[in-house]
Amino acid sequence: MIPEFGHYALILALCIALIQGILPLIGAHQGRREWLMLARPAAQVVFLLLFIAFVSLAWSFYANDFSVLYVAEHSNSQMPLVYRLGAVWGGHEGSLLLWIFLLSIWTILVAQLSKALDEFMVARVIGVLGLVTSGLLLFVLTTSNPFARLLPAAQDGRSLNPLLQDPGLVFHPPMLYMGYVGFSVAFAFAIASLLSGRLDAAWARWSRPWTTAAWVFLTLGIALGSWWAYYELGWGGWWFWDPVENASFIPWLVGTALLHSLAVTEKRGGFKSWTVLLAITAFSLSLLGTFLVRSGVLTSVHAFATDPKRGIFILIFLSLVVGSSLALYAWRAPKSTMGGKFSLSSRETLILLGNVFLVVSAGSVLLGTLYPLLIDALHLGKISVGPPYFNSVFVPIMIPLLVLMGIGPWANWKNTDLLAIIKRLWIAGVIAIIAGIAIPLIMGEFTWLASIGFLLAFWVITSGCLQLIRQAKVGKPTRSFIGMQFAHLGIAVFVIGVTMVGAYQEEKDVRMLAGETVSVGGYQIQLEGVSSVPGPNYNAMRGTFLLSKNGASPTTLYPEKRSYFSSSMPMTEAAIDAGLTRDIYVSLGEELDDKSWAVRVYYKPFVDWIWGGCLLMALGGIFAISDKRYRMKLKRQAS
Amino acid sequence: MKAKFLIPLLLFIILVVFLAIGLNRDPHEVPSPLINKPAPAFDIAQLEQPNKNFSPASMKGQVWILNVWASWCVACREEHPVLVELANSQIAPVIGLDYKDKREQALAMLATQGNPYTLSAFDANGRVGIDYGVYGVPETYIIDKAGIIRFKHIGPINSQLLNQKIYPLVSELKKS
Repeated sequence: MIPEFGHYALILALCIALIQGILPLIGAHQGRREWLMLARPAAQVVFLLLFIAFVSLAWSFYANDFSVLYVAEHSNSQMPLVYRLGAVWGGHEGSLLLWIFLLSIWTILVAQLSKALDEFMVARVIGVLGLVTSGLLLFVLTTSNPFARLLPAAQDGRSLNPLLQDPGLVFHPPMLYMGYVGFSVAFAFAIASLLSGRLDAAWARWSRPWTTAAWVFLTLGIALGSWWAYYELGWGGWWFWDPVENASFIPWLVGTALLHSLAVTEKRGGFKSWTVLLAITAFSLSLLGTFLVRSGVLTSVHAFATDPKRGIFILIFLSLVVGSSLALYAWRAPKSTMGGKFSLSSRETLILLGNVFLVVSAGSVLLGTLYPLLIDALHLGKISVGPPYFNSVFVPIMIPLLVLMGIGPWANWKNTDLLAIIKRLWIAGVIAIIAGIAIPLIMGEFTWLASIGFLLAFWVITSGCLQLIRQAKVGKPTRSFIGMQFAHLGIAVFVIGVTMVGAYQEEKDVRMLAGETVSVGGYQIQLEGVSSVPGPNYNAMRGTFLLSKNGASPTTLYPEKRSYFSSSMPMTEAAIDAGLTRDIYVSLGEELDDKSWAVRVYYKPFVDWIWGGCLLMALGGIFAISDKRYRMKLKRQAS
Repeated sequence: MKAKFLIPLLLFIILVVFLAIGLNRDPHEVPSPLINKPAPAFDIAQLEQPNKNFSPASMKGQVWILNVWASWCVACREEHPVLVELANSQIAPVIGLDYKDKREQALAMLATQGNPYTLSAFDANGRVGIDYGVYGVPETYIIDKAGIIRFKHIGPINSQLLNQKIYPLVSELKKS
């Protein structure tokens, strides 16, 4: 019965979402108050119905209802409860339901937190979100119903892909989707302002915290995914330039550009049509990402099941949403007014430059991701584009961006004295150059790439510190300001991590007998032995390794090789001894003929700084959202 | 309406056209590097007569078809009637490569479903499969008189493929 409730709730949600999407938009256009007032209640009902649908699906997993096809395909009675619940979004149908459910959460948040906003604007925003919701619900109901029954019911489920049976599954997709989907709010604001013809600073001020919130989630989601891949896949890598990773990274780059462009629109009224275009692009790229991931037009390690019907539906949906938005943009954006004038040396110019670099980098990643498809479509052959392309194209674009990042925050709006900035910043430049020379020498090997990495990171860090000191002298800095510094510091920390791992990691593939020792990065790793350990739905071969440095008391590491009952593919569970300045990563390979084991060990200096940097960026975003000027608006709403 | 504001829309339309074409192409379908290369040599026991061996070298001078199959492979059962049709046409000998299989189960399948193969080589541990880059069973190869692979198909062949590709190609290769 419960799955039918869920199914029914989905159908009802589609009907109400259509009302939410159509009536308020017409109402706002024709000035019919009673239609436009429908927006909020409709959004609330849609949220409630999707909540019911989502809980019904989760219940089916909890209760091991293998008469539901989706449950039978992605769960198994032996799976621990937390993974059974995570499995709700472990497959195509469920992850789409999660997508829509999160969209309704964003919608309801907009509906509840926008009481101070003009009713027409709110109605339009909620209406646009309603249209997006309807399209996706139609997609789920016609091609990917998670509640489809399997009759007769399966005895037991097929179980989830063992790779996904990990805490990462529980957190990574919801975070990532929350970010992806969150750009729909900025998108809806942009469309609403185009529809109303009121492209003004107020619109930018309103969409700014929403955009930042989505960006925070996306940052955390991508970082979690990267960390998950690092410890789960057993290759020790943290980023693979896989199409599915790129599908989340491209919106992140454009979203970052949008954050900065929104600042100009809010403060100076400039870049209006550019900002609107970025808002449309960020969400369009999220949809495109969904299309790429779900249609199977690209090969990826994420290898989702593919079904051409789904691909066609998403493509049509994508064309309608993005096509009509861009058409609206072409029609309305030329009417937007110019913002305040600014000179060539001003914060506006620097932000614009930064925007150009971000958008170009997003474009180059997009090109690399789609290139195999373009070439195939032109019958020029089958190729794949890998890390060498992305690294050699992406990294050089980031260099000027990081240089700008040290200067931009110093510049004034409208007009700034670049010479004065250089006078203040020369210390930062000197410290950066020293760091760029000294750190590679201390690490034992000088390479130009490493040197540039450290130079840029320290350039950003010292510039930020100098600014904080100056600001502290003037008065209490705003939270927006602190947020910006945190986020920029996060980038610098991230760059240090990437540079360190890229230049100084050590990797060894060895065959080891019990009692043998391998040393890496000044550490000794001894294999004590390998024993068989049973798990809830797998058997594991567990290695016991003793990790020590210069005879200090050893730490024990337990990497595993698991064979899940449901899958023939063995899974590697690497053991990691994490630390602030290095990770030691041990992964157990195959058992070899003579009782020895293939073992792979890595010494990864500063690798955790990669994700630490992302955390700082997210923290910066949270600070920026909590800025007083947004809370003041809340107070005004209350009174 | 200023033209420059239409640029994003135009770019997007181009993108959609490519995506639409991309939907109809299979990214997993990779051309085999073995095309126009000599068929990898092997010398392994036959399925029906384990005391005799089969080697591609013995097929020199004639056009022949190599079909990778297994009793555990569901798609192979689907393909089986097409193979029987191909064998009955007697256009070229069809040699089977029984891949990672159990002998009695393989023989049982041929007994019940009919045997299209002139003979089958028995690749119990899949070593020959590795040389041929087998990654989806069934796979079908057409090998010419000089022992060069001229065609490879992954997945079950159907009568459309038989008529449009395999028959014309084999006839052409036989003439040369």
